[in-house]
Amino acid sequence: MSTRTVAVASTSGLHARPASLFTQAVTESGIDVTIAHGGNSPVDASSILLVMSLGVPHGDEVTLEADGDEADRVLDELAALLGRNLDEAS
Amino acid sequence: MTLQGAGVGRAGVIGPVVRVSPAPAAPTNEAVPADRDETAQRVEQAFDDVAAGLLAQAATAQGAAVSVLEATAQMAQDPALRKQTLARVRDGEPPVTALDAVIGGFADMFTKAGGMLAERVTDLRSVRDRVAALVLGTPAPGVPVLTEPSVVVADDLAPADTAALDLRCVLAIVTERGGTTSHTAIIAGQLAIPCVVRVAGAMDLAEGTVVAVDAAAGTVEPNPSEATAAAFAERARVARQLAEDTSAGATADGHPVNLLANIGTAEDADRLAVGSVEGVGLFRTEVLFLGRATAPTREEQAAVYTRVLTSLGGRKLVVRTLDAGADKPLAFATQPDEENPALGIRGYRLVRTAPELLETQLGALADAQEATGVEPWVMAPMIATVGEARDFAAAARRHGIRTVGVMVEVPAAALRAEAILAEVDFVSMGTNDLAQYVMATDRLCGELSDLISLWQPAVLDLVAATAAAGERTGKPAGVCGESASDPVMAVVLTGLGVTSLSMAPAAVPTVRYAIAQHTREQAQAVARAALGADTADAARAAAVAALRPEVVQVLAL
Repeated sequence: MSTRTVAVASTSGLHARPASLFTQAVTESGIDVTIAHGGNSPVDASSILLVMSLGVPHGDEVTLEADGDEADRVLDELAALLGRNLDEAS
Repeated sequence: MTLQGAGVGRAGVIGPVVRVSPAPAAPTNEAVPADRDETAQRVEQAFDDVAAGLLAQAATAQGAAVSVLEATAQMAQDPALRKQTLARVRDGEPPVTALDAVIGGFADMFTKAGGMLAERVTDLRSVRDRVAALVLGTPAPGVPVLTEPSVVVADDLAPADTAALDLRCVLAIVTERGGTTSHTAIIAGQLAIPCVVRVAGAMDLAEGTVVAVDAAAGTVEPNPSEATAAAFAERARVARQLAEDTSAGATADGHPVNLLANIGTAEDADRLAVGSVEGVGLFRTEVLFLGRATAPTREEQAAVYTRVLTSLGGRKLVVRTLDAGADKPLAFATQPDEENPALGIRGYRLVRTAPELLETQLGALADAQEATGVEPWVMAPMIATVGEARDFAAAARRHGIRTVGVMVEVPAAALRAEAILAEVDFVSMGTNDLAQYVMATDRLCGELSDLISLWQPAVLDLVAATAAAGERTGKPAGVCGESASDPVMAVVLTGLGVTSLSMAPAAVPTVRYAIAQHTREQAQAVARAALGADTADAARAAAVAALRPEVVQVLAL
């Protein structure tokens, strides 16, 4: 089991556009990834509805989790994505 | 039988009806599927088809519609939404009932979260409606793909439906509900698409029926006669002829009335050919802010303002600072818990909660002024007190804005217009909001559209008082609401002493003509006739009766 904890850098938090880019990246990775915020149970990170429902504001930490050979590489990429301000990415 | 409603615009068009189907409800006692796996597969296929359809639509759409359609497609593809729905179906729940339960759960969660998430509930419902229609085998809800110029008939159109319309194929819009000041009607007016709202029986018109839509008369005539077709053709000919006149707005005896356009984007400014209008009387800057997670930066705004000033080539530009709140919520500025947003923190009042928004905007306007050497006029919306006008003027002047004004759309400001004009250089009346607040009537409430008529005596009285204050102080008092686009009202406003009229560009030719056909004194007589009436209908009738008969005939009033 691999995990990464990262602060969400996007100015609007994990909402609309950042949530859309993040969940698309998870889907493209082809592996099952979960995302947890605060004390709540982890949710499917490929679901834009569940990810948006977490209501993660700018600067809050989230924890990503995945299993398997690809897990470390994928989680590094996803953590890097969340570490960027996706509201300003063109 | 000819159907009657309220018209927006002046044009008359004839074409076949295309109906916008309402969302299909889950059948009461929806049958439990016999083969659960087969049904689950069918539901999954419906999700796929809806997502694919939305993406295909996004590929051919333009502007804001693209992101609306893509976001909705992503929801249709959402794994959690599917998993939960399919699990319920496999457990033996009927498919649309299962879908409603799952969508309802997400919608509740989003609504409770408020703010930006709450705004996505419309997208969720749109996914629900489309998937449900496929599962039930009923026609797809929402606006169908138009293959030929058509009259779009709907119960009511959501803003997303309007965004998804292929406007090249929309001859006219007819709705059974809605009001003349609803956003769909306003968008239709801006795009010069004739629109008739509140047409009882519109949804009974069969798909494909040829109808004559008369926006001026507010009528929809199925299977129109040759005479109607000929009258429409004549009206179109007159409209083309009037559009060729590009002289400056003035009465017959040369009293000038600035004819200006209302715009929302830099692209709108690009389209204003020289000669068509004398400038822009209302640049609605909130379009720059809507649908964004964060406010645009000073640099970003300055670039847009510079572009608009440049496109206008020195013609007048009146910029309205951010008018958000109420029916135009902003993710980063709106108070989620207001009971009465129309009476809450909106327009200029945002300085109380987010003062940096106005500061950044004024700075950006000053930058654009610096970059182009052209001075924009700048005004604030929703001013209610002399103190607010004074504070806004001070802030704008601190940034180097030379001509500062305020909107008069709160009755308090109209009653104290002279004191407000002592603080600022000009006022501009927003007649839709003014009527909303004078008549205590939600402008989006179609049921009360008679009350919110701009011809209501009380509304006319406040407009007259504001115009008179402008004359006494020698400062410009304009109108930038929808009322300026009605040629009859335009003559009344001219008679009251209004100095500029700002409207949808398409309305300018008829307004220019109506004003030019009357001397100032004749316009004053028309205004007196309107002010002397007891009811809204009587006021308009009295004004029409006081117009020169040639004008009534040419404009088919």
